[in-house]
Amino acid sequence: MPVVDKSSRAIGAVRQSFAPWNDASARPLIRFEGVTKRFSDAVAVDDVSLDVYENEFFCLLGPSGCGKSTLMRMLAGFEEPSGGRILLGGEDLAGVPPYERPVNMMFQSYALFPHMSVEKNVAFGLKQEGLPKDVIAVRVAEMLKLVQMQRFAARKPHQLSGGQRQRVALARALAKRPKVLLLDEPLAALDKKLREETQFELMDIQIELGTTFLMVTHDQEEAMTMADRIAVMDSGRLVQVATPGEIYEQPRNRFVADFVGDVNILEGAVAAREPSGLWRIAAPGALGPLMVDDPDERLDPGQAVAVAVRPEKMTVTRERPEGPNAFEGEVWDIGYLGDWTVYRIRLDDGRILRVTRANTTRFVERPIDLEERVHIGFLPDAAVILSS
Amino acid sequence: MRGRLSPFNVVSLTLGFAFLYIPILILILYSFNASRLVSVWGGFSTQWYFALLQNQPLLDAAWVTVRVAFVTAILATVLGTMAAISLTRYGRFRGRALFTGMVYAPMVMPEVITGLSLLLLFVSIDLDRGFWTVTLAHVTFTMCFVTVVVQARLVAFDRSLEEAAMDLGATPWRTFVSVTLPVIAPAVLAGFLLAFTLSLDDLVIASFTSGPGATTLPMRIYSSVRLGVTPEINAASTILIALVTIGVIVAALVTKRSVLMRQAG
Ligand SMILES: Nc1ncnc2c1ncn2[C@@H]1O[C@H](COP(=O)(O)OP(=O)(O)OP(=O)(O)O)[C@@H](O)[C@H]1O
Ligand SMILES: [Mg+2]
Repeated sequence: MPVVDKSSRAIGAVRQSFAPWNDASARPLIRFEGVTKRFSDAVAVDDVSLDVYENEFFCLLGPSGCGKSTLMRMLAGFEEPSGGRILLGGEDLAGVPPYERPVNMMFQSYALFPHMSVEKNVAFGLKQEGLPKDVIAVRVAEMLKLVQMQRFAARKPHQLSGGQRQRVALARALAKRPKVLLLDEPLAALDKKLREETQFELMDIQIELGTTFLMVTHDQEEAMTMADRIAVMDSGRLVQVATPGEIYEQPRNRFVADFVGDVNILEGAVAAREPSGLWRIAAPGALGPLMVDDPDERLDPGQAVAVAVRPEKMTVTRERPEGPNAFEGEVWDIGYLGDWTVYRIRLDDGRILRVTRANTTRFVERPIDLEERVHIGFLPDAAVILSS
Repeated sequence: MRGRLSPFNVVSLTLGFAFLYIPILILILYSFNASRLVSVWGGFSTQWYFALLQNQPLLDAAWVTVRVAFVTAILATVLGTMAAISLTRYGRFRGRALFTGMVYAPMVMPEVITGLSLLLLFVSIDLDRGFWTVTLAHVTFTMCFVTVVVQARLVAFDRSLEEAAMDLGATPWRTFVSVTLPVIAPAVLAGFLLAFTLSLDDLVIASFTSGPGATTLPMRIYSSVRLGVTPEINAASTILIALVTIGVIVAALVTKRSVLMRQAG
């Protein structure tokens, strides 16, 4: 099997042309340098170094308690780092109080002032700057229009729905035209449908204003949808910083592969490198050796590795597929999700693999049924080798 | 527990309220008695309320009481709110539990002890007893009630509101004035009204700490009752009851409204 020329392949980013992180001459807007935060009993953020560029929509993604909010709160000035530096536009932020930092935050609880109308809430930040009344009025109107809340200007927060409050919180945080907008799980309180709509609206607003967005979320789909780049965190450390496509298709380790999307992990050992460049891997339970196209890895023969394959990149067939990379097993569960069907297939050694198939037609001839013997296959470049 | 009122509940409720309010109702009723004899109903009349207007000593006492209560309420609200803020906000400083306990102590301290100790203090520093000594004494024992009310509100206060204000460029002082204070205002107002009414109807502490020219209304009522209850005193007491009732109802309404607003948060 020929090796595909990788230089012509792109991993799907939304804004293909926007990639300042690959440009050596670009200066980051925000720079975390070895930032650590210790609370009395635990390390919440552990030696994080990270660059975020102007105009970027950047997501911090990780499980609950991994330190995402703490990292963001240090940038806003609510927590002081125990070690390291945070630079904004090249200037060290150490000792600058929150009310003098050109960043604004949208709180998870929205934190709208309950005694002020929507209008007054949005005007609050502008008033602190001492802007003239007419300028404030114009800017407030502009912001309320941006989030489509003009009709509610006179209402108090307790007279609004959750989605409306979220919009006011966004307008309030954007009113001062901050260099950076921090969003701490901004959509967590919304129901699924509204959340999806709002995700795209936020992306539109971000592109329209050109503000740098730094968003915290523990919802991987949300991060994938919205971000230019994602930083995956695990117990205070950065695990991988990359575009959504790279995170998904080229996860650095098992944690990332597992946290972002579904994955089948196949344990094995390196047998050899084929002349074609593919890795031959001996995997117990497979019908023959596995062939994996992952040319960037540097592996030694005999090394234990894990081969990660996403469920949608595997096929289920009654006949053994052509080529390498085949498993045989019994259909254990079938889940019909409308757009996808999920098969859980039990190998003879008891392991269960997940395979999904897009339902591209409404009717299927002779559908695969429970307890049938089937084959699973995947192409060499559908898999990633995780060595660490 | 929700459900229909059982006969037992109806009886106990009636008895309880009767026990609490019958004496007060009798007092109010007799303030409208046309007869001078306290125990004989002589028909409805408001003459004793007009007679009050002629009773200069009683009017003086009422004026003193209102002034004392007002100044007390202001000072107690400021000090009590400050104490509540430091006790809830400044983390766990050394001796915090002790301070909290010390703030609450005057609530359970027998009034006689409070009065006596204040009297000893004023005598020992050679302070002439009068308006200011009563007021200071009232501030010391009403302040803790303000602290309790305001502290309860502060504990439920969402700190991210203050963070949001600072994030939007407000200095800590501006944050306090334009966000913290308005949000806790109902509790502060409730504390003010509580201090006002407590000061209004205090007899024991005032008796210890007051001096010539600063006789309060409860003191005046008490001393004249020793010479026999007059319908005039009933009228004065009824007015006092009305004032206290209004204070308590307003405090309750203010608190309830703020709870409703907070639920939306
Ligand atoms: N003020 C604090 N004092 C002590 N520990 C804290 C404090 N704030 C956060 N922590 C701890 O630091 C760790 C990281 O907290 P953080 O709020 O940053 O997590 P997170 O990634 O935002 O989680 P979530 O998704 O649940 O919001 C947690 O273990 C938390 O208990
Ligand atoms: Mg968080």
